[in-house]
Amino acid sequence: MTTTTQDWKFTAKDVALKPDLFLSGHRACAGCGPATVLRMIMKATRGPTIVTQATGCMEIVGSIYPYTSWGLPWLHTAFENAAANASGIEAAIKAMRKKGKIKQEHIDVIAIAGDGGTYDIGLQALSGAIERGHDFLFVLYDNEGYMNTGIQRSGGTPTGASTTTTPAGTAIPGKLEKKKPITEIIMAHELEYVATATPYYWKDMLTKVRKGLEVEGPAFLHIFAPCPRGWRTDPSKTMAYSKLSVETCVFPIWEATNGKRALSTPSKMYSLAPEKKKPVTDYLKDQGRFRHLFKPENKHIIDQIQQVTDERWQKLLKQCEQA
Amino acid sequence: MAQQQGKPEKFLAFNGDEAVAFAAKQSDVDVVAAYPITPQTIIVEKFSEYVANGEVQTEFVCTESEHSAISASLSASTTGARTFTASASAGLALMHEILFVTSGSRAPVVMAVANRALSSPINIHGDHSDSMAERDSGWLHIYVENAQEAYDSIIQAFKIAEDPDVSLPIIVGLDGFTISHTLENVNILPDEVVKQFVGERVLPMVMNHEGKTVPFKLDPDNPMTMGPNVSSTYYFEFKRQQEEAMKNALKKIQEVNANYAKLSGRSYGDGLVDTYKLDDAEIAVVVVGSTAGTLKVLIDELRNEGIKAGLLRLRTFRPFPAEQLQNALKHLKALAVMDKSMSFGGLGGPVFAEVRNALFDLKQHPLIINYIFGLGGRDSNPLGLRKVFENLQQVAKSGQIEDIVHYLGLKE
Repeated sequence: MTTTTQDWKFTAKDVALKPDLFLSGHRACAGCGPATVLRMIMKATRGPTIVTQATGCMEIVGSIYPYTSWGLPWLHTAFENAAANASGIEAAIKAMRKKGKIKQEHIDVIAIAGDGGTYDIGLQALSGAIERGHDFLFVLYDNEGYMNTGIQRSGGTPTGASTTTTPAGTAIPGKLEKKKPITEIIMAHELEYVATATPYYWKDMLTKVRKGLEVEGPAFLHIFAPCPRGWRTDPSKTMAYSKLSVETCVFPIWEATNGKRALSTPSKMYSLAPEKKKPVTDYLKDQGRFRHLFKPENKHIIDQIQQVTDERWQKLLKQCEQA
Repeated sequence: MAQQQGKPEKFLAFNGDEAVAFAAKQSDVDVVAAYPITPQTIIVEKFSEYVANGEVQTEFVCTESEHSAISASLSASTTGARTFTASASAGLALMHEILFVTSGSRAPVVMAVANRALSSPINIHGDHSDSMAERDSGWLHIYVENAQEAYDSIIQAFKIAEDPDVSLPIIVGLDGFTISHTLENVNILPDEVVKQFVGERVLPMVMNHEGKTVPFKLDPDNPMTMGPNVSSTYYFEFKRQQEEAMKNALKKIQEVNANYAKLSGRSYGDGLVDTYKLDDAEIAVVVVGSTAGTLKVLIDELRNEGIKAGLLRLRTFRPFPAEQLQNALKHLKALAVMDKSMSFGGLGGPVFAEVRNALFDLKQHPLIINYIFGLGGRDSNPLGLRKVFENLQQVAKSGQIEDIVHYLGLKE
């Protein structure tokens, strides 16, 4: 990692004073988790930065012509190619710097995509860009579905969730498959920095963004971002769900530097005091997308969710110990 | 007029692909993002050698797919870099989505397409199915006749595409194998002459969201939102502007062709259409690509036999030079338009449809027939092509067209 060009204390005051780069006036829903994520992570930028974004909710809401929410250079081209766009931007910067056509000493490149643009349609371009070693930070905002097109399942949709393509019916109770372990796939690329975060723990999230930017090469940040519209949750409870996802170990937060994994403080607590770990039902019970699971005939799915959550948590603990 | 500056002419033995790679190198490209596919592969291989040997300062991004190759080319171009890529057949088809985004983003990417048939059945040989399928993608399309023209056209392509009044991507099509893999003596210009001719990339100046006039690129000093979400209130206007840029390209291609002629002594008609013994011809053929060379030999034979045959090679397919075609073809009695691709279920091939459309407004126009030929690399030799002129003589004599669409060299 290189030394940072700015001090990164990320105190509440510092963050509040730093001018927004994802500006107000965007068209996101009330309580939108991803919009909060975008606004916050842009506070962690450290200098000249170019953002490229995959098609999705957050791409649409911030760029409704002739308006824009972006205070920095921003490019959208398509759904599946955010990482390929980042590759091209980074290559252009490198080439033009060599030829003296760019005066900035360094320009950070951030690619942003939702779970559709990362887990599914964007996975190939992402894998290729990481393998090629481009210097960029890929930010996945994971709201667990294709929310932009009206709440369809993605590879990131969790088991049991009702979406418009996995509706809770009389024969099939929502999505039957597991949530794809995307960070494991990314970790297998052996890149320098991979982390997970969620906006309730905003300081942790901002620190991880900055660390990802400081890596010379690809870095990946998986941010869990509740979607009240898609999850059928109270818009005022977005941060509560962000917190609960960590408290139930549904979405543990950790970081891995050169393959060495370490739990981040909020999740570490549940490894030190396992009894404090909350049951998944605390997280599931008031989400409309899981409502049908609380019918007696679907109890086994809740058990299955608890079991998979526990298994994945135990696996993660081992991965952190091994390091 | 030969080489300027008192230097002797220099010839290198190149196949079409090598000539393209050499021209891209001399054009001082900043970024090449590409993925190999037959018969284009030699271009990326050759360019990789230039990179590996430190002959260029170009960033070469060897992507994991054509989709990413064109996406990275597009984003590199929007960052302000001179950008080159190459593809063919299935690779170009995989790029389809982003081809429209590239032209809509007004990114002047230069792409060589070593034209090849599309699957299925899979076939690696030359025809125009791949780039004809992209005729409405908003790219400029130039098709060359030989490796020399491939070299010259790549250099010209940067000058045309990057002109601020054009700012559109361009495809330079060279026939797979017939040009891409065939060795020729290619007359090359000195590095510094090409560099000077192409010059530095000049960015169009646009107004950003802060009301400032800034260069059109991703620039931290002048933040711009590129590729926004545009609804029905403005989308139409964006598309209309692209059409205006196409019109500007029509002039620019001619201008660059003329200026390049001053430099090299070589020109290709007016840059849009290239004719051969057409002025006094009674019957003629319109063709795209390398077949023009074969046809010229045949036309010489026919002329010796007293048949007034001529040729028009359509060099620029997009923008479509309708006016030039009207002027060049209006005196003919009969005309055959040759298509090296099909538009299934349509009335003839894509070139036929366009040419016939362009001539419709003439008070008196030739009788026009269509020949589909050469699909999947099917050979088109002078003996076979002679049948086209025999048919044209018949049509001219009788004043009647029996069949509009013919298939040349088909086993049936």
